[in-house]
Amino acid sequence: MSSAQIEIQLIASLVAIACAIPGTFLVLRKMAMISDAISHSILPGIVVGFFITQDLNSPVLILLAALTGVITVVLVEYIQKTGLVKEDTAIGLVFPVLFSIGVLMIAKKANDIHLDIDAVLVGELALAPFDRLMISGVDVGPKSLWIIGTILIITIILLIAFFKELKLSTFDKGLAASLGFSPAIIHYGLMTVSSITTVGAFDAVGAILVVALMIAPAATAYLLTTDLKKMLVLSIVFGVFSAISGYWFAHWLDASIAGSITTMLGLLFLVVYLFAPSKGVIAVMYRERQQRTEVSLLTFLLHLKNHDEEEERHVNHLNEHINWQKVRSKTVLDLALKNNMIVIDNNIVSLTSKGDKFTTQAIDYIITNEDAQIEGMKDDFFLFRG
Amino acid sequence: MDIQEYFSLVFSDYTLRTITLGTAILGAVTGMLGSFAVLRKQSLLGDAISHAALPGIAISFLITGAKDSNTLLLGALVSGLIGTFWIRGIVNKTHLKSDTALGLILSLFFGFGMLLLTFIQKQPNANQAGLDKYLFGQAATLVESDVWMMAIVTGICLFVLLLFWKEFKILLFDKDYAKTLGFNTKAIDILITSFIVLAIVLGLQTVGVVLMSAMLLAPAAAARQWTNSLATMVFLAALFGAFSGVFGTAISASQNNLSTGPVIVLVAAVFVFISFVFSPSRGLLFKQIRFIKNRRDLELHKTLAFMYNIAETHDDISHPHEIKILNNFQGFTKGTLKKLVEKNYVTLQGSTWSLTNEGFKSALNLYNQLTKNDE
Repeated sequence: MSSAQIEIQLIASLVAIACAIPGTFLVLRKMAMISDAISHSILPGIVVGFFITQDLNSPVLILLAALTGVITVVLVEYIQKTGLVKEDTAIGLVFPVLFSIGVLMIAKKANDIHLDIDAVLVGELALAPFDRLMISGVDVGPKSLWIIGTILIITIILLIAFFKELKLSTFDKGLAASLGFSPAIIHYGLMTVSSITTVGAFDAVGAILVVALMIAPAATAYLLTTDLKKMLVLSIVFGVFSAISGYWFAHWLDASIAGSITTMLGLLFLVVYLFAPSKGVIAVMYRERQQRTEVSLLTFLLHLKNHDEEEERHVNHLNEHINWQKVRSKTVLDLALKNNMIVIDNNIVSLTSKGDKFTTQAIDYIITNEDAQIEGMKDDFFLFRG
Repeated sequence: MDIQEYFSLVFSDYTLRTITLGTAILGAVTGMLGSFAVLRKQSLLGDAISHAALPGIAISFLITGAKDSNTLLLGALVSGLIGTFWIRGIVNKTHLKSDTALGLILSLFFGFGMLLLTFIQKQPNANQAGLDKYLFGQAATLVESDVWMMAIVTGICLFVLLLFWKEFKILLFDKDYAKTLGFNTKAIDILITSFIVLAIVLGLQTVGVVLMSAMLLAPAAAARQWTNSLATMVFLAALFGAFSGVFGTAISASQNNLSTGPVIVLVAAVFVFISFVFSPSRGLLFKQIRFIKNRRDLELHKTLAFMYNIAETHDDISHPHEIKILNNFQGFTKGTLKKLVEKNYVTLQGSTWSLTNEGFKSALNLYNQLTKNDE
C-alpha cells in the first residue's frame, strides 16, 4: 500500500464518520431528504465563494456554502409555513432552483476555470492526496484530510457537549421545549453542522456520496437497534467499513471510488434489510405469516367451542364452512394438534381440556385486553406479543 | 440571436422546432402527471426516481453496447420502477420513514450508476462518450424520433388518464372509500406510479437527472394555487409545464452558454413564484390584503363600540365629545374616524365628535351581535 492509498482510505473513513453522526439524527428526525436538498443547493454558495477566493479549499467558501445550506432550510420552512404546498413539495421546489442558479453561474462566468459540475456531484477522491497543505514550506498532508479532520473534531465536540439536548429534542420535542432547550437552536445547529459537513466532504467525495454516507449507514443501523448510542456507533462502523471496502473494490474495478463506496453501502443495506433479526423483511414476513396462522387457529378453536354437533366438527366440513384452502386448514390443524389443543377421533375434531382453557383465556383477553392472564401463552404465540 | 429572432426561426429551423416541441410536450406531460405526484404527497419521488434511473441507463448500454436513446430509456424505466417499488417495500415492511427510504434509494442507485458509468468509460468502446448527458440533460440532442416518442407516450398518458379518471380521482382523495367501493386500489396505485416514473424517464434526456424533480413539481405546485378542482389543476399544470418548456428553450437559445434544463427549471420557478404571490384565493399578496382589511374593520368596530359606550351614558346620544378622549384608546386613528364620518356614523365639529342616530343604531346592533356570540 502506498502512502497515497493510505491517505485516500483515511480521508474516506473520516468523511464517513463525519457524515454518520449528523446523518443518524437526520434519519431519526425524518429529515433525510433535507440532506439531499442541502447537498444540491450549496452549489451557488460554492460558486460565489469560488469567484471571491479563487480557491476551492478556502474556509470562506465552506462558510458561504454552509450559509446557502441554512438558507435552503429556512426557505423550505418559510414556503411550508405559508401553507400553499406541503413540506416535501417545498423541498422539491427549492433545491433544483438553487442548483439551476449555480449551474448557470458556472456556465456563464466560470467556463475556463477549474470548477466542474460533474466534480461537484461526484467528486474525485483519487485526486485528493495530490492537493497538499503546505505550512511554511513543510508538507503536512493533503488539504482535504485537514478540512474533514477539523470538521469531524468540531462535530464530535458538539455531539458530546449537546448529546443530551440532541437526544431529547429528537425524541420528544415538546418535553425539550418545556425543559427550556430551544428546539429551534438545536434544529438550526444540526442543519449548520450538516451543511458544513456536506461542503467539507463534497470536494473529496461529491454531493451524492455525502447524501449516501449520511443516510445509508444510519438507516442500516436503525434496522438493527433502537438505542441511540448503539445506532451512532453502528452507523460509524458501517460507514468506515464501506469506505475502506469500497476503496478496494474501486481499485480492483478501476472505477469511481465514490460510486463504489455507495455501492458497498447499498449492498450492506440490502443484506441488513433482508436479514435483520427482527426488523428485516424476511423476519417481518415470517412474523406476519405466523400471525395469520395463529388468528386462523383461534378462529378454528372458537368454532369448535361454539359447536357441539358432530357434523359441524368434521374435518371435511372445515374446508367448506370456514372457507379455508386445503393447505392452510392442514397447517392450522397440525398446529392445534401439536399443541394438544384438539383430538381427532374418526375425523371428528374436538377440543381437549387444554384447548378449551386456552380458548376461554383468549376470549377473555380479547374482551378485557388485560395482559396479566396470558403471560404464559406469550411464549408460544406471536399474536399476543403486541 | 435575440428572442424575436428565435420566434421567427422556430417555425423554419429544424433543430429549434424539434427542441421547442420536445420541451413543450415534456413540460405538458410532466405537469399533468406531476399534479398527481404533488397531491399524493409523493413530490420527492420524482427526485428519487430520476436518480434511480441512472444505473438502468448504464446497464442497458453495457448490454447492448449502443447508444440508442429508446433502449437506454427502457433501461432507465426498469431501474426507476425497481427503485420505486423498493421504496414502497422499505416503507411498508420496515419502520424506516418514507424520507429515509427516498434518500437511500436515490443516493445508493445514483452511486451505483456512477460506478457503472466510470467503469464504462474505461472500456475500449468508442461509443461510450456522451452517456453523461443524462446527468444534466441536453435538449440540443433531441431529434425528431425522440419528439415522436414523447408525443406517443403523452398520448397514451392522456388516454389512460381519461379512461381511469374517476378511479385516479377517488384514490387521490379518499383511498379507504375507493377500497370499500370495490376498486382495486393497489392496481390503480401501481398504474399511476408507473406513469409518473414513465414521465420522469422521458425527461431525463432533456433536463437531466438532477433537475427532473422540479419539472414534475413546479407546474403542479403553481397550478394548485389557482384552483380547487382536479381537472382544472391538471390542465393548468400541463399548460404551465408547456410554457416553461417553450420559454426556457427560447431564453437558452437566445443566449450563449445557457444550458436548457436549468433555464426551464428557473422559468417554471417564476411561474410558481407568481402563483404563490398573486393567486386571488390562496396567494400571499391577497391573503395579506384580506388580513389588513379585516384588522381595519375590527379597529373600526372597536372605536365605534367605545364611542357607543360613552354616548350611552348621556341622554342626548349626539352630545358632542372631545376627540382627545379617544386618544388613549387602542385602535383609534385619524383614518378610522374619517371612515366613520364617511359611513355617516359620526359627525365632526372642530375638535369634537358626536354619534349620529345611524351610528348609534349600528353600534347597538354590533353590541347585540357580540353579546349574542358570547351566549
